[in-house]
Amino acid sequence: MDLAFTKEEQAFREEVRSFFRDNVPPDTRRKLVEGRHLSKDEMVTWWRILNKKGWGVSHWPKQYGGTGWTSVQHYIFNEELQSYPAPQPLAFGVSMVGPVIYTFGNEEQKKKYLPRIASVEDWWCQGFSEPGSGSDLASLKTKAERKGDKWIINGQKTWTTLAQHADMIFCLCRTDPSAKKQMGISFIVFSMKSKGVTVRPIQTIDGGAEVNEVFFDDVEVPIENLIGEENKGWDYAKFLLGNERTGIARVGVSKERLRRIRDLAGKVESGGKPIIQDAAFREKLAACEIELKALELTQLRVVADEGKHGKGKPNPASSVLKIKGSEIQQTTTELLMEVIGPFAAPYDVHGDDGSNEAMDWTAQIAPSYFNNRKVSIYGGSNEIQRNIIAKAVLGL
Amino acid sequence: MDFDLNEEQRLLKDSIDGLLTDSYDFESRKKYMKEKGGWSKTVWLNLAEQGLLGLPFSEADGGFGGGGVETMIVMEALGKALVLEPYLATVVIGGGFLRHAGTDAQKAAHLPAVIDGSKTLAFAQLEKNSRYDLFDVTTTAKKKGDAYVIDGEKFVVLNGENADTLIVTARSKGDRRDKAGIGVFLVPASAKGITKKSYPTQDGLHAADITFTGVEVGADAALGNPDDSLALIERVVDEARIALCAEAVGLMDESLKTTIEYIKTRKQFGVAIGSFQSLQHRASDMFVAAEQARSMSMFATMAGDFEDAKERANAIAAAKVQIGKSLKFVGQQAIQLHGGIGMTMEAKIGHYFKRLTMIENSFGDTDYHQRRVADGGGLI
Repeated sequence: MDLAFTKEEQAFREEVRSFFRDNVPPDTRRKLVEGRHLSKDEMVTWWRILNKKGWGVSHWPKQYGGTGWTSVQHYIFNEELQSYPAPQPLAFGVSMVGPVIYTFGNEEQKKKYLPRIASVEDWWCQGFSEPGSGSDLASLKTKAERKGDKWIINGQKTWTTLAQHADMIFCLCRTDPSAKKQMGISFIVFSMKSKGVTVRPIQTIDGGAEVNEVFFDDVEVPIENLIGEENKGWDYAKFLLGNERTGIARVGVSKERLRRIRDLAGKVESGGKPIIQDAAFREKLAACEIELKALELTQLRVVADEGKHGKGKPNPASSVLKIKGSEIQQTTTELLMEVIGPFAAPYDVHGDDGSNEAMDWTAQIAPSYFNNRKVSIYGGSNEIQRNIIAKAVLGL
Repeated sequence: MDFDLNEEQRLLKDSIDGLLTDSYDFESRKKYMKEKGGWSKTVWLNLAEQGLLGLPFSEADGGFGGGGVETMIVMEALGKALVLEPYLATVVIGGGFLRHAGTDAQKAAHLPAVIDGSKTLAFAQLEKNSRYDLFDVTTTAKKKGDAYVIDGEKFVVLNGENADTLIVTARSKGDRRDKAGIGVFLVPASAKGITKKSYPTQDGLHAADITFTGVEVGADAALGNPDDSLALIERVVDEARIALCAEAVGLMDESLKTTIEYIKTRKQFGVAIGSFQSLQHRASDMFVAAEQARSMSMFATMAGDFEDAKERANAIAAAKVQIGKSLKFVGQQAIQLHGGIGMTMEAKIGHYFKRLTMIENSFGDTDYHQRRVADGGGLI
């Protein structure tokens, strides 16, 4: 047992850190620190910088543009990226559909889609959840019917994150209505510009609109847009959801936020002195830092395990990451609310689409708190995660 | 970065797990508890025979040169089997003082008997009002010619009844809460002026309250600097905390395992109660708590070797906080999921809960250590 990173790993961390220092646009960083949303342009600009460096799709196999890093290097990269902070690569393309395509797609599909994911020529979104299919995803109803050389798609998806920016969608569609629910689903990709696709924003409690409803009305999709085999979509979906195990804890994000809290708590006054001098607040902050340290160690255990034994059999501890990671992210936003006190209240009626920065930075703290309630709901709610632990780990 | 055990460490783990599986089932433990001082001399000599009592000592001192990871392995195994024998008091704490501060003569006088199992040690530190502050010492060690005269009262001294030698913290200078002026002394348990009141503790161990009245020891009784040994005490107590974290992980592992087995077999409403989602989620949360504790126990073990004393203390305090939170949740929920049977002395789960609970109140509880981390500037 050894906690230390090797000299090479430490040098790698320095290299990554200095690249971020030199290349992340300062305004992009500042907005992230302040909890603001970024514009599409700001995100794409950064991702292209990252891709030019060769780090845009770092965990892909080398032949598709990946880096060939060890699992520890990936861990270091992610931690530095999250804690700098810089925008993370768009998960829908890079972490979700990309690996499905290079694992289950045919050569033509790989050639067609993978380079455009890496260069962010295509912005991808995820068509999984439906109004009647949340945690019970396999009950989805969106239909794809075969008609000549086309799929005709009808139905509705929801919670589609950043669909307003998207060029492409990967979609779970029912292709065999007579099969048992998991069996008749296919994984189909198509252009969001197709005729019959309508995107309607959903305003969330933070005042933002990063999620959408997406309607499909006789959308015609070329038959070759099916990824893998027909009716095997559920397997690909499970692969996709299980693929990104270690990033989900977002340890770097919480670290960055805790540093910000400590910094603000040294400035904002309570009882005539900085709130950091209040013992009760300080202990709450310490409690959160300790939880995060434990999570970081748990994550390192999983990373070290993957590095040594491959990704085959996940370390049971990996199921801890989503639950604790989301809880800690939420606690950090609660602590920020506590620091800011009564100044949490003012509401920026312009929302936060990146166009209006007239409001004081404090305006984003309450929205960020509201927004972060999502992290224990998405990606398999924490209750679903507990079901998974009970069944897969504890054998109940 | 590596969290795996090496080959030798795996062998060590197999050997102690094997030994305890053979000799330490719940029924045997009840018998050992009734022996003098509350533990089994036979088991102790078995541990000695396997080399476990000499584990952390250097080869020059007759030991096996084990480090923090080796102690973690042993403590986890001892926790898993709910072992009564005084490994913490004798090898970790007593041995720790000798390792860190013992002169060659002191080591020669004590270590061989510790390693071969013929003698045990106890740490007399807690005072009536000191609570968790190691520098809060009123027991005095007054210089008298070449000798020291020790006067004071110490409480809840684990293994105090059986120990052959007591390791006593006492003040040679200064006032009650001064950080300077504290020494550590090796005192024979049979010394004149010592009176003991022994009793079982809530978790089935044995302890004693010990009064020192004009107890005379030689100058060679002082471990380290008799006027300035707080740093030594902190170091050794930190090692005890690390060991307790590992023991708690073993206890939690076994508590969780026992609870899962129970809810898989216990039937109500015609089905195993483990099929109910409310209990599944509770069990999952116990698993999460136990894994977080394991991570921090490993962290504490590795932090034991940190060069920077402040960083080391902070890391170990943080670990004790996580352990405290986890053990409370796992322990309480293990009883809850067992239902009525969990309330009985007959079932083993309650005994695990009791030991876990006492660990929380040893060498600083969750609040105490959380305050230390908070006041020390945090962890990030």
